[in-house]
Amino acid sequence: MKAYILKKLLALPLILIGVSMLIFVAIRALPGDPARMMAGPEATQEAVDNMRTRLGLDRSIAEQYGQFAYGAVRGDLGTSIKSKLPVVDEIAERMPFTLGLAITAYLLAIAIGVPAGMIGAIYRHGWPDQAVMLLAIAGASIANFWLALMAMNTFSVSLGWLPLLGATSWKSFILPAITLAVLPMAVIARMTRSSMIEVLARDYIRTARAKGVAPGSIYWSHALRNALIPIVTIVGLNFGSLIGGAVVTESVFNWPGIGRLLVDSVRYRDYPIIQGVTLVAVTGVVVMNFLAEMAIAALNPKIRFD
Amino acid sequence: MAMSEAEKVASGSGGLRRALHWLATHKGITIGGGLIGIIVLMAIFAPLFTSADPYSQDLLSTMLEPSWEHPFGTDDNGRDIFARVLYGARISLLEVVLSVGLAVIVGVPLGILSGMTGRYVDQAIMWCMDILFAFPGIVLAILIVSVLGTSLVNLLIAIAIFSVPVYARLSRNLTLGLKAMDYVEAAISLGVSRHRIMTHYILRNAIGPIIVQSTLTAGTVILSAASLSFLGLGAQPPLPEWGAMMSDGRNYLGLNIYMSLFPGLAIMVTVLGFNILGDGLRDLLDPRK
Repeated sequence: MKAYILKKLLALPLILIGVSMLIFVAIRALPGDPARMMAGPEATQEAVDNMRTRLGLDRSIAEQYGQFAYGAVRGDLGTSIKSKLPVVDEIAERMPFTLGLAITAYLLAIAIGVPAGMIGAIYRHGWPDQAVMLLAIAGASIANFWLALMAMNTFSVSLGWLPLLGATSWKSFILPAITLAVLPMAVIARMTRSSMIEVLARDYIRTARAKGVAPGSIYWSHALRNALIPIVTIVGLNFGSLIGGAVVTESVFNWPGIGRLLVDSVRYRDYPIIQGVTLVAVTGVVVMNFLAEMAIAALNPKIRFD
Repeated sequence: MAMSEAEKVASGSGGLRRALHWLATHKGITIGGGLIGIIVLMAIFAPLFTSADPYSQDLLSTMLEPSWEHPFGTDDNGRDIFARVLYGARISLLEVVLSVGLAVIVGVPLGILSGMTGRYVDQAIMWCMDILFAFPGIVLAILIVSVLGTSLVNLLIAIAIFSVPVYARLSRNLTLGLKAMDYVEAAISLGVSRHRIMTHYILRNAIGPIIVQSTLTAGTVILSAASLSFLGLGAQPPLPEWGAMMSDGRNYLGLNIYMSLFPGLAIMVTVLGFNILGDGLRDLLDPRK
């Protein structure tokens, strides 16, 4: 167990170094001269050259990467071309909106996905099971921005119940959170169903039934507790796809989070922002995956990811 | 079921009956395969299903409601939405073929090489794959598209790149499993060349799971491509790509819902088809069942 954690822990910085190198190289391959972009369209050649020296673009690529990595570790991700503000500040300002949306969506997905999966397992092969499975597979097949458009059209435009765009009140959370929750909800329902089916077939469940334990208690405390491992796996390992979903959802709803910031900055070629947001998002995913793997290893010593 | 498998086959009148029985017991493959089959046929023979041109604008008949003449209505430029959705299927299927094809061509050899050689080569390849895998697919695609420029082809390259690790990991695991099989060990000790072992002994037996994975990836490809085109980072107007069509439709919420409704339904039916088919194929190939 200790060796496993140590191995995983040592792999973590290696992955992050690789990720930062990939982002760094990709951004350097962007068309256009960053120095000219930073200096502005009317800058003189001298101003552009000064900017190039200031950005360190006249140094070797290895030196530049060192500078970038050193800055990133100290929490300095450069300056936005568009707003002239530090990238870190831009991200910090929007991060609460993205995290708030992601957490709401995950809670929603768990609150509906877990009971739905349990119903599927309990009434296996019956109509409730088929309904749950159908909804789960449909949920995994829907484009979330399409669902967003349909919901906006119905609840915001036609009925006027909910705000259309932006984050103005708690009501603003409803549609984006539901949109973002659909895919994880479908995945969680499927995972819960299949792991519950497996658990319900075990001997100790039969013993509990024979002892006369109430069915509700069997399902909620005996079975669900053991079915939790796959659910933790899914929630932790799918954090990346949730972030991906947030990028799209935030753009549809004009949500002031880091996902929309990323999409907007591609349009403005604001490369320090693209670089910073990508690095922060991937680091978050890597750390979440690591925590999920640790939680799984702690819950079930039989499982080792190799 | 009252009759056993053997009785049914014995009493059946030959191949057709057996085929029907097989289809009835493999619902996923029947339903999913049927859906995808219909979509492929409709995409190929699109001109047979509509006489409208997906690109021709008619500014005198914009934003029409669905009717006999325009089954899905018309968009803001007076183009027939049904024709655009139908021709859009060609684009989406092409997205699948190109992106999945590229990911398989790159990922599978890397995975087999990794599994066969082991040690440093293995670690280096898997390190690269872990790095790519750490990125949320959409985020990596945005990064790549912002470097290559926004176009459908660049988007497909981006999607292929983020799908590569899936195939590399899958084929590596398959290779490790197959390498331990007696017939491969026998071939190695008989002196069969490495190259021949990789192609004839490993690849051939890994094809089943790779096909299952491709079917399941197909849905992701369509959804990702549509999402990025919707954000303006993929297919550009006037291409009738489903996501790009919804990007237009987004500006007319409350005025014309059909511009967004039908492309989204098309995405759902197609992705659903691939997912059901993939699940069915996986169950078929899963030796545990």
